[in-house]
Amino acid sequence: MTAVTVVFAAMGLVALVSAFLVVTSDQIIHAALWLVVTLGAVAGLYVLLAAELVAWVQVLIYMGSVVVLLLFALMLTRTPTGPGSATVTRNQPLATVVAGATTVALGAVMWAGFGGEVIDEDEVRVGTAARLGDAIFRTWVLPFEVLSVVLLAALVGAIVLTRRGER
Amino acid sequence: MPLMLPLVVSCGLFGLGLYAVLARRHAVMVLLGIELMLNAASLNLVAFDTWWADTVHTGQSLTLFVIALAAAEIGLGLAIVLALFRAVGNSDVDGQEPPTSLLAEGGDEL
Repeated sequence: MTAVTVVFAAMGLVALVSAFLVVTSDQIIHAALWLVVTLGAVAGLYVLLAAELVAWVQVLIYMGSVVVLLLFALMLTRTPTGPGSATVTRNQPLATVVAGATTVALGAVMWAGFGGEVIDEDEVRVGTAARLGDAIFRTWVLPFEVLSVVLLAALVGAIVLTRRGER
Repeated sequence: MPLMLPLVVSCGLFGLGLYAVLARRHAVMVLLGIELMLNAASLNLVAFDTWWADTVHTGQSLTLFVIALAAAEIGLGLAIVLALFRAVGNSDVDGQEPPTSLLAEGGDEL
C-alpha cells in the first residue's frame, strides 16, 4: 500500500463525510458551505489521480463560482435560512432505500467489472494544461465549440427567466 | 493504487446526491444533490482516464466539459428557483398549489 493510496483513502473519506453532512444538514447555508469541503476534497482526489488541470478548474469554477452563485440565490430569494429551513419531504424513507440500493448496485457493477484492476503509478500521464489543451483543441474541438453555444443559450435563458415580465 | 478506491468514493457520492434529489424539500438542496452526482461522474471519468493512461485524455477532457455544463446548469437552475420564488413565495419542490391562478393573471412572469 503506497502513500498515494493512503492519502487518497483519507481524502475520499473527507469527501464522503462532508457530502453526508451536505445532504443531512438542517440549514441550507451550512449545506452550501459543506459542499465547498466536498468539492475541495474531490479536487484533491483529482490531483492524486494526476489530473492537474481538472483539479484547478474544479477549484476555480465549482468552489469559486457555483457555490457563490448558490449563496447569491439564497440571499436573493430571502428564503428563511435558519435552523429547520431545509426540511425533507414525505419521500424520505423511500429515498433512503432507493439511494442505498443504487449505491450498492453501482458498487457491485464496478466490482464485477474492475475488481482487481490497479492504477500503475509509474505509468500515469500527468494531465497538464499543455497535454489537455492539445487534446481539446485537436481531438475534441467540435464538442468544445458546441459547448460554447450551450453556454450562450444558458446565459440567454437565465436572463429571460429572471427578467420581470412587462405588461 | 487499486482502481476500486476512486470508484467506491464515486459510488458513495452518487448515492448521497441521489438521496438529496429525492428527499429534500428545498429546490436549492435538490441542485446541491445534482452537483454531488455530477462530481461522482467526473471522478469516475478521471479515474478511468488515469487507469487507461489515455494519450488523448478522453476522460479528463470530458470532465472539463461536464464542469462547464454544470456551471450552465446551476445558472439556469437558480434562475428557475428565483422565478418560482417570485411566483409562489417559496422554493419548495413538493406540496405546491396547482398553478392555475398564477397562469390566469400574469403567467408571463414565470
